[in-house]
Amino acid sequence: MADALPQHPDFLWRNPEPRASYDAVIVGGGGHGLATAYYLAVNHGITNTAVLEKGWLAGGNMARNTAIIRSNYLWDESAAIYEHSLKLWEELPAALDYDFLFSQRGVMNLAHTLGDVREGTRRVGANVLNGVDAEWLDPQQVKELCPIINVADDLRYPVMGATYQPRGGIAKHDHVAWALARQCDAMGVYIIQNCEVEGFLTAGDRVTGVETNRGRIATGTVGMAVAGDSWDLAQSAGIRLPIQSHPLQALVSELFEPVHPTVVMSNHVHVYVSQAHKGELVMGAGVDGYTGFGRRGSFHIIEEQLAAAVELFPIFARAHVLRTWGGIVDVTLDASPIISPTPLDGFYVNAGWGTGGFKGTPASGYTFAHTIATGSPHPLNAPFTLDRFETGHLIDEHGAAGVAH
Amino acid sequence: MLLIECPYCGPRDETEYRHGGQAHVPYPADPEALSDREWAEYLFYRDNPRGMLAERWLHTAGCRRWFNTIRDTETYEISAVYPIGAPRPDTAAEAPPGSAAALSPAHHAKGDPAARAIASSGSHARTATAHTAPASAGSPAGGSAAGDPAAPGESPASHPTSEGDER
Repeated sequence: MADALPQHPDFLWRNPEPRASYDAVIVGGGGHGLATAYYLAVNHGITNTAVLEKGWLAGGNMARNTAIIRSNYLWDESAAIYEHSLKLWEELPAALDYDFLFSQRGVMNLAHTLGDVREGTRRVGANVLNGVDAEWLDPQQVKELCPIINVADDLRYPVMGATYQPRGGIAKHDHVAWALARQCDAMGVYIIQNCEVEGFLTAGDRVTGVETNRGRIATGTVGMAVAGDSWDLAQSAGIRLPIQSHPLQALVSELFEPVHPTVVMSNHVHVYVSQAHKGELVMGAGVDGYTGFGRRGSFHIIEEQLAAAVELFPIFARAHVLRTWGGIVDVTLDASPIISPTPLDGFYVNAGWGTGGFKGTPASGYTFAHTIATGSPHPLNAPFTLDRFETGHLIDEHGAAGVAH
Repeated sequence: MLLIECPYCGPRDETEYRHGGQAHVPYPADPEALSDREWAEYLFYRDNPRGMLAERWLHTAGCRRWFNTIRDTETYEISAVYPIGAPRPDTAAEAPPGSAAALSPAHHAKGDPAARAIASSGSHARTATAHTAPASAGSPAGGSAAGDPAAPGESPASHPTSEGDER
């Protein structure tokens, strides 16, 4: 088997009853909500906070993603926030005193067409200018870093090169959530599971509390981080979001000896693959084409990504799919997140991370905490507010990054 | 895999279609009168409810025509199929038995001021009090559904001028 997993700490967090009021309420106990509560406490001294989770802690997309971390985005605004996130990832295992298996094993984005090559080399140049580690690899260098990949030129879409970010990698996502939750709890934050927010209380243009299935909680400050449900929940506060929810699927194989030393992503044949510490091959692809909340998608998405994976990695042909699952992701028109104040005073939204929110978890929490604590965005998330849909200053990563998120 | 009933070709796998997003979002009647906020609403803001959603599909690998469905975004069940240009069948009359309650427009009761603002400016309303236009104008599916026995709903002879404009 692969690496042994570290032991859990003896104690992670309390399960307290909700109090009648808090200085701030974070709706959503996933990675982004927990990171927000963590940075509210650490950076802004705000600890009279509750994190309300409708199910169990980190049972949504935080437990469903493929755990890939990278910062090699094309546009300056994206590179800045994701690179900040990567630097926070590099600090967090020590800061949280928890080994959540952050492994900087590198991330490759393969090129299969001349267009891919041009896009990739352009992005490497942009990354270097933004201080993001990035290299261009030729097919032989791809093969040296990842020996199981097929770089023969008789494939329908041969590997013509790749961008490579050595500092990218993976982390064990559930442990990340537990690490954050443990520190939040230690600083006095209330983590309240099975507490579903059903609506918001307002007075004039201000939020004054939340209505939950466990009673009413008064607060003048609400931060919402509920990927998948963002549109619906914001709507109940009278805030309309430019978000469409799509199913996104992932899958794992049974456990194998370590065969895959890095992370390989291909947008053109559309699959991304890494091997978890436990030994499963972890794969994902794109969202299902329709909007939906069913937490399941269509089987052809699985079929197509496996076809792509087997062509790229012939060794996978004998592997079996152990599990497939779906989560619901918020997709914006420009494939960039929204971390923003709203027209409702005291009500802040953190949404629209699309298919790539896991890597952004630390910076999301860091900038959202700043936005909540000060009432205005941090320079890193100022480009990511709702205003951009009116000013037209979109951060169009759909086409620009050219990669699956 | 969704099984989607094309009104012109019959039931086909989802892979033959392209999802076209929310239906009944016509081009603003008086574009120059719109504020930035209203333009943002038209360009980037769409309904995204849990429950019944009127949406468009393009039968890319078949007849290449557009049509609308009413689909439940939680169960993925499609309860109505109707031509581009026809009004949304919000009543039980055109829906299969048992889905009458589900078709109630409760999900649309939550108002949004911006959408209402556009609607009240005269350019759009959800159930399309349709501008009269030649059947062939402004719509890729223009007029093609007229008289097609497979297509439920009203004739599209009268429909919003820009219904069917695609991104």
